[in-house]
Amino acid sequence: MTRLPILLLLTSSAWGQVAYDRIVHASSEPASWLTYSGNYQGHRFSPLSEVTAANVARLRVKWAYQTDSRAEVSPIVADGVMYVSGPNTAAALDIRTGRELWTWKRTIPKDYQNIGFGRVNRGPAILGDEIFVATLDCYLVALDAKSGRERWSVKVEDYRPGYSMTLAPLAIRDKVLVGVSGGETGIRGFVDAYDAKTGRRAWRFYTVPGPGEPGHETWPGDSWKTGGGSTWVTGSYDPETNLVYWGIGNPGPDWNPDSRRGDNLYTCSLVALDGDTGKLKWHFQFTPNDSHDWDSTHVPVLFEADIRGARRKVVAIANRNAFYYVLDRSSGEFLAGKPYAKQTWAKGLDDRGRPIVIPDTEPTEAGKLVWPNLNGATVWFSPSYSPREGLLYVATREIASIYFKRKAEYKPGTFFAGGGEADPPGGAESGAIRALVATTGEIRWEFKMHTAPWAGVLSTAGGLVFSGSNEGNFFALDAKTGKPLWDFQTGGRIAANPISFSIDGKQCIAIAAGQVLYVFSL
Amino acid sequence: MRRWVLVVTLVVCARAQTQPDAGVGRKIFESQCALCHGQTGGGGRGPSLTRPKLSRAPDDAALRTLISNGSGDMPGAWQLHADEVVSVAAYVRSLGALPPEVIPGDPVRGAQRYAASGCAGCHIVDGRGEGFGPELSAVGARRSAAFLRQTILKPASTLPDDFQYISATPASGAAIRGVRVNEDSFTIQLRDANGRYHSFRKSELTSLRRLERQTPMPVYEGRVTGADLDDLVAYLASLKGKP
Repeated sequence: MTRLPILLLLTSSAWGQVAYDRIVHASSEPASWLTYSGNYQGHRFSPLSEVTAANVARLRVKWAYQTDSRAEVSPIVADGVMYVSGPNTAAALDIRTGRELWTWKRTIPKDYQNIGFGRVNRGPAILGDEIFVATLDCYLVALDAKSGRERWSVKVEDYRPGYSMTLAPLAIRDKVLVGVSGGETGIRGFVDAYDAKTGRRAWRFYTVPGPGEPGHETWPGDSWKTGGGSTWVTGSYDPETNLVYWGIGNPGPDWNPDSRRGDNLYTCSLVALDGDTGKLKWHFQFTPNDSHDWDSTHVPVLFEADIRGARRKVVAIANRNAFYYVLDRSSGEFLAGKPYAKQTWAKGLDDRGRPIVIPDTEPTEAGKLVWPNLNGATVWFSPSYSPREGLLYVATREIASIYFKRKAEYKPGTFFAGGGEADPPGGAESGAIRALVATTGEIRWEFKMHTAPWAGVLSTAGGLVFSGSNEGNFFALDAKTGKPLWDFQTGGRIAANPISFSIDGKQCIAIAAGQVLYVFSL
Repeated sequence: MRRWVLVVTLVVCARAQTQPDAGVGRKIFESQCALCHGQTGGGGRGPSLTRPKLSRAPDDAALRTLISNGSGDMPGAWQLHADEVVSVAAYVRSLGALPPEVIPGDPVRGAQRYAASGCAGCHIVDGRGEGFGPELSAVGARRSAAFLRQTILKPASTLPDDFQYISATPASGAAIRGVRVNEDSFTIQLRDANGRYHSFRKSELTSLRRLERQTPMPVYEGRVTGADLDDLVAYLASLKGKP
């Protein structure tokens, strides 16, 4: 029954055929949400403008969809259907009602362990007539968008030593890209690309260079073999240059760098990879020889701007280490950077963007108090860039940790962290949504939050910014001033990224909270 | 994410076969546990550990799990390596051989003093009393006698980290004082001394004051003294909850 209205809706376009060109031009069809960040540039910006500061107070729940476990999904919307995913699950939903059209499930092996992260999934990808899902047991699966039937599945890596996947894949041209979790189990991270039609692996880029490869000299002895460098957050893509931008996680063991003195390339870096071959074009390392678990796994944000009098194509990152960076995206050249949250580990950045590290800020046996905490000033959840405002909105965490260093022993499939952290006594934490001038990182405004957030940000052409809180508030702010305009208590912790799309011409905003996916409209 | 790390630590601990080293355990205890349990395990905000039986850790495996994962007010020490947890557990067990905390006073007379002082007007013990203040049915299992004494004399000196006494003034009327029971970025919920709940949108308040180091509990310094104070402390320390 639920299929009838959808078929009616789709008389004009081939249902389920999301050609690559449609994703490249995603901004010209804002009724859909065709890739993780809404566009390849990582903007998480909706060109829809029906919901504005003047009417957002009338926003109300249109429907809700319940899931079996903590929902962190950023859905895909195409041609009247919403595609969602969870840990080893996926479903297609009727966008008018939230009713299921199909569901898919893959059994999680009994001996699977998630070490250092939750059993979550952050979204599917779409290309052509296929939906792609990355699974906890480290398979990439292609599903028929119409039926949810499996087209192919491929083992990306063995989950038993600690490889896993929670991210939304990135589908570009004819390939599907994924990265892995496992930074606390001594993995050797990589970014993989698979042929979208066959599932055959097209290339692999190892984030920790092997013997003979450039960068290998930054790892003493055999430390590279357990060097970490996970890749657990979806990257961005420049269709014009065919370059993929991907953030790399922490080195292993996390809190004890004694066995891996050196820069530990390409951990805590951004890499630019050729989309056809996976060949490294350039890299930029934010935190050399990290010892605080500051993965550089964020969605890179691509835009063009006038910087010091010249038009530049840039990539911007609000980093877990509390600094904001603007880089030239064809060369990786450092253009600007400054802290956007409290930090006590670096005096600043030198003129090439390398941190000037304050001595005695590494973890110790007795414990060392450092800002930000291990989860950083921001982390996996997405920032948003508004081309209208020239602002980059980032959910910011103001929080410290006491960092402990311990001995680390590598045993496959066990916690390989070399320490940990504790909350400082009386540990005050807070958070904010901050609007940064995208070209400089200067803070334009902030909206203060009760605790350090764990949810992403969406901005819209209606002049609004949406985000969520640990206490379940989903809210809208004025994109120019940060003034709160609307809020709704969802009843569950929000640890997800919002999206926007439209149903029958009406703008909707969706957010997962607790175990529920909510869709709002006027 | 830390929640998941804890689960893993548990698994790791269960597999640990290392010989415990109480010397190592003592060093870790003094730097990371003593803040609540006292430098020599005599207790404080956390209970005294100088007792042969620990109610929340009946055996060594349970003790190691408790140290790694925490429970209730107690944070987990997941930063510790598995054999360090074993050593801390061994040290904690060795504290059980020490003489227990000396608690002068008579708990039976203390119960009378408790009733006469009006404590039941704000606290529940074994189902009786009013629920404005914290329940005390098991307070003797959670706090040391010295900490209880300090709380009676100077209650503002022992407030938990997340305790807040609030004065909120709505545009429509007089300030309301109450204990914060919940809060998010937009709203706050209070319970006043009559047990009534108040819910406010912060944007609609003309003032929201966090009354630092203040509590509705009266100061009993100079009001309950000498043997009466000893008795009252002995009574509270005897409250161990349901077995």
